[in-house]
Amino acid sequence: MPEIKTTTELLEAYEQFKGLLNTRLGIAVSDESQMILVCGGTGCHASQSNKIVNEFNRLIKEHGLEDRIQASISGCFGFCEKGPIVKIFPEGVFYVQVKPGDVPELFEEQILKGQKVTRLLYEDPTLKQKKANSEDINFYRLQQRVALRNCGLINPEKVEEYIATGGFQSLAKVLSMTPAEVIEEMKKSGLRGRGGAGFPTGRKWEFARNHVNDEKFVICNADEGDPGAFMDRSIMEGDSHSVIEGMAIAAYAIGASRGYVYIRAEYPLAVSRLEIAIEQARACGMLGRNILQSGFNFDIDIRLGAGAFVCGEETALIHSIEGRRGEPGNKPPFPAQSGLWGVPTIVNNVETLANIPIIYQKGADWFNSLGTKTSKGTKVFALAGKVNNVGLVEVPMGTTLREIIYDIGGGIKNNARFKSAQTGGPSGGCIPEQYLDTPIDYESLSSIGSMMGSGGMIVMSDQDCMVNIARFYMEFIVEESCGRCAPCRVGNKRMLEILTDITEGRGCEEDLFELRSLATTIADTSLCGLGQTAPNPVLSTMKYFMDEYEAHVHDSRCPAGVCQKLLKYEIAAEKCIGCTSCARGCPVGCISGQVKQLHTIDQTKCIKCGVCMTRCKFSAVVRN
Amino acid sequence: MKKVNLTIDGQHVSVPEGTTILDAARKLHLDIPTLCYLKLEKVNYLNSVASCRICVVEVEGRNNLPPACATPVMEGMQVTTNSRRVLTSRRKNLELIISNHPFDCLVCSKSTDCELQSLVWEFGINTQRYKGERSTHPIDKSSGALKRDPSKCIMCRRCETMCNDVQTVGALTAFGRGFRTVVAPAEMMPIAQSNCTYCGQCVSVCPTAALTGVGYIHETWTALFNPKKHVVVQVAPAVRVAIGEEFGMPVGQIVTGKLVAGLRRLGFSAVFDTTFGADLTIVEEGKEIMERLEKNENLPILTSCCPGWINFLNCHFPKLRYMVSTCKSPQQMTGAMVKTYYAKKMGIDPRDIVVVSVMPCIAKKYESALPSEQTYGIRDVDLVLTTRELAKMFKEGSVDLRHMPEEEFDSPLGQSTGAGVIFGSTGGVLEAALRTVYEKATGKELTDVNFTSIRGLQASREASIDLNGRTVRVVAVSGLGNTRKILEKIESGEEKYDVIEIMACPGGCVNGGGQPYAAERDDVIEQRIRGLYHIDRNQTLRVSHHNPAIQAVYQEFLGEAGSEIAHEILHVEHLMED
Repeated sequence: MPEIKTTTELLEAYEQFKGLLNTRLGIAVSDESQMILVCGGTGCHASQSNKIVNEFNRLIKEHGLEDRIQASISGCFGFCEKGPIVKIFPEGVFYVQVKPGDVPELFEEQILKGQKVTRLLYEDPTLKQKKANSEDINFYRLQQRVALRNCGLINPEKVEEYIATGGFQSLAKVLSMTPAEVIEEMKKSGLRGRGGAGFPTGRKWEFARNHVNDEKFVICNADEGDPGAFMDRSIMEGDSHSVIEGMAIAAYAIGASRGYVYIRAEYPLAVSRLEIAIEQARACGMLGRNILQSGFNFDIDIRLGAGAFVCGEETALIHSIEGRRGEPGNKPPFPAQSGLWGVPTIVNNVETLANIPIIYQKGADWFNSLGTKTSKGTKVFALAGKVNNVGLVEVPMGTTLREIIYDIGGGIKNNARFKSAQTGGPSGGCIPEQYLDTPIDYESLSSIGSMMGSGGMIVMSDQDCMVNIARFYMEFIVEESCGRCAPCRVGNKRMLEILTDITEGRGCEEDLFELRSLATTIADTSLCGLGQTAPNPVLSTMKYFMDEYEAHVHDSRCPAGVCQKLLKYEIAAEKCIGCTSCARGCPVGCISGQVKQLHTIDQTKCIKCGVCMTRCKFSAVVRN
Repeated sequence: MKKVNLTIDGQHVSVPEGTTILDAARKLHLDIPTLCYLKLEKVNYLNSVASCRICVVEVEGRNNLPPACATPVMEGMQVTTNSRRVLTSRRKNLELIISNHPFDCLVCSKSTDCELQSLVWEFGINTQRYKGERSTHPIDKSSGALKRDPSKCIMCRRCETMCNDVQTVGALTAFGRGFRTVVAPAEMMPIAQSNCTYCGQCVSVCPTAALTGVGYIHETWTALFNPKKHVVVQVAPAVRVAIGEEFGMPVGQIVTGKLVAGLRRLGFSAVFDTTFGADLTIVEEGKEIMERLEKNENLPILTSCCPGWINFLNCHFPKLRYMVSTCKSPQQMTGAMVKTYYAKKMGIDPRDIVVVSVMPCIAKKYESALPSEQTYGIRDVDLVLTTRELAKMFKEGSVDLRHMPEEEFDSPLGQSTGAGVIFGSTGGVLEAALRTVYEKATGKELTDVNFTSIRGLQASREASIDLNGRTVRVVAVSGLGNTRKILEKIESGEEKYDVIEIMACPGGCVNGGGQPYAAERDDVIEQRIRGLYHIDRNQTLRVSHHNPAIQAVYQEFLGEAGSEIAHEILHVEHLMED
């Protein structure tokens, strides 16, 4: 693709390429073009989606239909539960859980004959109806894709398709404005940082702008680390160009000419898509010197992180780029004053950056009209846990938890009862049922003891033990603490030990007091955000699920039946018929009894695996 | 500078912009407790990693409790240093720190010198609130000089700041993550396989016993109690102005005579003075300096008395090794002379002699064990004790230094000059060398032997001396970070010198890693240096080659300076062991 030197040339390129998306966008085209998009996100990729594309391409070639039909990978469609996803245009038929072996049939029926392959369509679990279009699927009905606007629409490895969406026109527009005007527009939009803390992006830029220095840096924080979260990864895999354009706009606003993307090495696909996108952006003149003849220079380098959770903290991240130990530093000075190599630096999260081009494209007022009073725009969540529709969802701020979990998420798996939603990862908290109707924004989540975080949302059912959940998060923190300050390094370890004691039946009343007291000190005195928020999962579960803690401590009982050391499997004499099934299945041979006689479990040998209970057809094995 | 107004515990204070809450509070005599924080202004050392969270305070309008040591003041700030929330948090953090520390205070080498122990005592903590897993790591004595006991590390990072920022050695870094994090050489390798110079400055700042010297008290007693061994001791100059501190005497007090008496009480057969070796070094090195100046080659000549510096040279500036003097250090020269000259004179088999030296230094332990530091296959120095270790031996051996009589060193290796004594301070070796070189080169006697321009605690002090019409440019530098700066300038050709004295420890040996621990170290260094120059000033003989014992040694044994035998015994290629 030739270098684009002026805004006029960019608009010409747009005119030239915009037709590429017509079939996909349902814009009537005279010919009989068809487009097959196959999800190329990590989840679908792992389920052989690349083979699906190859298979389609083979058949297209075999039939000599290359002129009329195209098959391509795309970014994530979000419905990971049902992946790999294949979407066929112009009809927009949405196929789920497609295997490479299904391709010939799809090709034959859908592509050649225009007949839907019903067995591969999504079935609404309540209505038991097949749905051919994604718009009709509940998972998508309440979603509004802003940050994810191009994911599942364009081929992330083709800059032409990005340009066809109007890509880089925001940059062109921004370059005709003064940096102060750019910042003013950003402030007006109300965009707040999507990495967790929700600091207003425009104000962050303004701080960095006000610190005068010849050199400044823009860093894209792509060190996504919350357990189960993959929002940023999906954006980079599906639409790296938006992130690049967002960085360039930020750089122009603050006066930087160099940017870094700090991304974890565990995201190889995202890294490779990003590399391709940077290369393409350079080739077409959107990165480099004198961009669009504005005199603005900007280029981006990638820095790979080694997967330390704490490196998502901006000062730790900066240390890591500098080649130093990835541990947080004292603030002040803030990065906007003295960041990377002592130079004013802004660190913006991937999702924040992906929002930026569209804000300048559609205007601050448009963005400001989305969401709630204090939280504008949309938020991407990685919905996971005991929910039917696991996947990536983007909703306007103000959507309620209930809408996300029940309408979009399709409710709780196996019709179990909802217990809690965990948001904000290890820094967040567990939200109980009574707050399901809370509209989601930064403030409301904080007020109920959780936080927005970067967008992880894990749904828990009555089969989850909240003490054990708290213990899990604490285990994660103890593993991921950088070890610098005492409250986080030692305090969290002590909290983990107490939680372990409680889940293993050694807890006592004082432990509950000690947990709270330690949590206060850790939150009050830890150096960085990781430590300061580390006790949140414990505090919120203690606040809303104290009965579970008390059951563990007072009655040595785990109400959810999760904490193995507190479980006891017994055989009810009145129900056991002596079929021997349990004894034959027991992996440690601790069940004894003659045929047709009552069986008994040797409690000293039992490892509480539960095999006997699943094998017993007479409900004779009971768990207490 | 702009002033900032704030209130701390209700008291108003006005301080320059950029001041920390801690310093502002100290101005009001509010003594906020600290643990990891350490500032040594004179040596440019500041550790404000704020890792212990003991100095936390409450600041109105802030949600959390910031550390006073690392939080700059702001206009209108309202700080509370002793609210219930603050005191509870501090106590809790201290309780957490000790919960991951071995409770072996009774048998810990740092007991009563331990800052953690003191703080626990000050806080009145008398129970172990948290009992849980403790991180344990093997003890590392691989170097024979520096002992690492990482289980006692409290992650204050003082050593790291010293090693990386002040000394620029970079041997220590935090390693690992979470609860198991510990300060260690790269990849947790034994310290002997790192680029550690054993300068021991980390030992000086370690608040606990995580970093100490490898002890040789037991071995010394064993030698003293062995009737077959002739055990002699030598004492470095810096010891005599420091060991008094261990007995509650004023800082910098000169206790030379009492020290000699004490050593005799412990049972040493002869008490020698390392300053004798210093004078000998000056005569040998003086000769070397003059030769190189005359030929105008291999300049500048770099001094070789300090093994920490020699290790630094080997690891960081190997290309400059040809510049270093081939002279052994005064410790090794004294040892070598004991095992040759003295042994012969006394008719004792050198293999039956044990030379113990008392040094302000950790690196001397390493130096004494180097295979190159031997004469005719016999170690010059067998055991090296630090000043601190000797104080312990005194206390164990019923010697109360305060009440010892004043006694003289034994001859022949006990006589010295003021020039030998000032070796214990930065600039001292160079000054001593200039006194001798000037007289020998010009044939004139110095009317004023004081070269005051090269004294002091500044990073480096230089002077230009006219030697028979040739201007000789000299510089004295202490601290390895300062050394790096000078050597980089020499490597790049930016600066040209003829003679450079280098000491690894900021301030020289008086501030060595083996000296008594001192809280207010900035003042202590100066006081000890003052003591050494006081001795020098009151000495009749102040130029090394005027020392009659030295003259006798050359007459009876060595011939002349730089002779073949002198080279065999007193010179060495200074190469670090791989």
